[in-house]
Amino acid sequence: MARPKLTFLDQEFIQQIVAEGIAVLSNPGVRVHNSEALALLADAGAAVDFNTQVACIPETLALHALDSAPHEFNLYSLEGLAVVHYGGDDVHFDPGSAAVSILDAQTGQQRSPVTADFVRFVKLVETLAMFDAQSTAFVCRDVPEGIGDLYRLYLALEYMHKPIVTGAFGKQTWWVMWELLCAAAGGEAALKQRPLAVFDVCPSPPLLWSDLTCQNLIDCASKGVPAELVSMPLAGATAPVTLAGSVVQHTAESLSGVVIHQLAQPGSPIVWGGAPAAFDMRAGSTPFGDVATWMIDCAYVEVGKYLGLPTHAYMGSTDAKLLDMQSGLESAGGAMLAALAGVNMVSGAGMIDFLRCQSFEKLVIDADIIAMARRLAQGIERRHEPVALEVMRQAGHKAGYLANSHTQRWFRKELHLPSPVIDRSSLDSWQKQGSKSIVTRAAERVEHLLTTYKPSPLGSDVRHELRRITLRAAQAYGMDELPSLPDDI
Amino acid sequence: MSEELFQKLTDSIVDCDPDAVEALTRQALAAGLEPLEIIAQGLTKGMQIVGERFQCGDAFLPDLIIAAEGMQRAMQLLEPELLKRQQTLETAGVVVLGTVKGDIHEIGKTLVGTMLSANGFKVYDLGTDVPTETFIAKVKETGANILGLSSLLTTTMVVQREVIEALNTAGIRQQVKVMVGGAPVTRTWASQIGADGYAEDATGAVTLARQLVGK
Repeated sequence: MARPKLTFLDQEFIQQIVAEGIAVLSNPGVRVHNSEALALLADAGAAVDFNTQVACIPETLALHALDSAPHEFNLYSLEGLAVVHYGGDDVHFDPGSAAVSILDAQTGQQRSPVTADFVRFVKLVETLAMFDAQSTAFVCRDVPEGIGDLYRLYLALEYMHKPIVTGAFGKQTWWVMWELLCAAAGGEAALKQRPLAVFDVCPSPPLLWSDLTCQNLIDCASKGVPAELVSMPLAGATAPVTLAGSVVQHTAESLSGVVIHQLAQPGSPIVWGGAPAAFDMRAGSTPFGDVATWMIDCAYVEVGKYLGLPTHAYMGSTDAKLLDMQSGLESAGGAMLAALAGVNMVSGAGMIDFLRCQSFEKLVIDADIIAMARRLAQGIERRHEPVALEVMRQAGHKAGYLANSHTQRWFRKELHLPSPVIDRSSLDSWQKQGSKSIVTRAAERVEHLLTTYKPSPLGSDVRHELRRITLRAAQAYGMDELPSLPDDI
Repeated sequence: MSEELFQKLTDSIVDCDPDAVEALTRQALAAGLEPLEIIAQGLTKGMQIVGERFQCGDAFLPDLIIAAEGMQRAMQLLEPELLKRQQTLETAGVVVLGTVKGDIHEIGKTLVGTMLSANGFKVYDLGTDVPTETFIAKVKETGANILGLSSLLTTTMVVQREVIEALNTAGIRQQVKVMVGGAPVTRTWASQIGADGYAEDATGAVTLARQLVGK
């Protein structure tokens, strides 16, 4: 029995969605607010109106782009190991990206994060085996806004081993981030051969490529740095309200991204990703913990797989403002479905409040959710032939399975063993340990895990170079000295 | 040479390999090593390591049980040798153990029994659905200093109290310390019915038993 696989669409339904998505590209077309991309599209045969900046992309162009886009690629750790495989039904998780605040464990309030917080977060992610990649998880407020994107990457590179999911907030800063990655990877060619990072690039719904994201997309392609499309249809607000209708919009936006990207450099790695949401018709908000949101996610991932592209989705986060039952419910629901849908990279762990806020404690709890989701996705295997007849005859009517060699052989593979964040003790034992809630246990586990962090494998010369590049960028934004790093590197 | 063999014995217990424990015990006896030394320098050390690993979450119940099985199989070889030498293994205590009348739950009680015997207690496991009078008779017969009463149902918990009352009636309550356990059992219940102790799990039961007999 292969791994269980969740699907919402049959072949015919997918084909219709793709056909409609392609038809949308030619009429009404896509808004492209970037001159380089418009020129690329026009040269390739798209009908481009340079005044309105609308490109009508013919089907042949879309199909051509799908032909040249790779079906899979790897991300590498700083040790040079291929630790993330974008392709097939492989599932990886990374923390959600670009939060503007963190949940302070002491006060229970959201606050602005600073350098020391980010360093702690990167270290924490390194210690959690359930995360195969880092992310530039939140934006530090102790540096100028203009370098907010690259400063996160700089800090991560100082402390990480795992590859990283990142993104740029500007056209120029992308190049500084690329320079940082080249320095860490050992040069431009090495970075291209063994990518350390994937860049999120987000079209704006409906059907708009802003100048900035479009340039990021083109620059990723030209340098062979993987790009991850993050299309965000908002069902009922900026996209059709039906779930399938939102998937059509997602298909059109993402396909236009693939076209621009592959025109810039055919064969460059690109991911079919997204962060859609089913608009909340009462609150007017964008819930990521909603069941309809998850369904749109799973469905567009099916479309991506049908088109032969690696996939990504924003799942496993919550819209709750604190770590409560809503938080657990929403995070678990999304993560479980993502694992069953075979999403290559699932982003969102640690996030609360509509992807606005990162929580260290939630990240640790989410790691346990993810461990369960991974177990779920492994499915049920025979393990033994015959499955149980032999061992049941041997045991007879005795309940002595704990002592059976069959148990010893299989229990680690078959049974899921949670971290101490999950409580399974007796009432007395739980009381004896202080009657702690999961949030308290998670806070303790954060502290414990941080003591197990292993320092960066990068040499001091490389790190000196990273700091030099970052300082140069900071000085351009009027900051003479970078905040000092915590001493315990 | 003997140091190396003791280490191998310890490792075979820790590695949860009862066949290896048995083979190494034979080898140690054939090499002329003293049974008491084999136990103290080899086997017991292994059990301690497994116990510690369980406490910190690196080993699990099947590991405990299989390690204990290795210990028991070694003891079957060693006990006749001890008898020959007219030596006795100092037992930590004598335990009579069972699940009370009306209750057929077995696992928790068996786990406690296995862990106690692996830790040097002499254990008489009476099984499940044990009539109160059978407990009393066995305590008298063996001179046990610990009685373990298991109960997994709220409806059979009350039988634990009955057994303790029967010990009083039989005039042997002072002779034994009574340990109670099982899913619905709590520390409060244990003190309500006049039991001497309660532990949350099998390793806790070993610690408790040692405290109760002052070892």
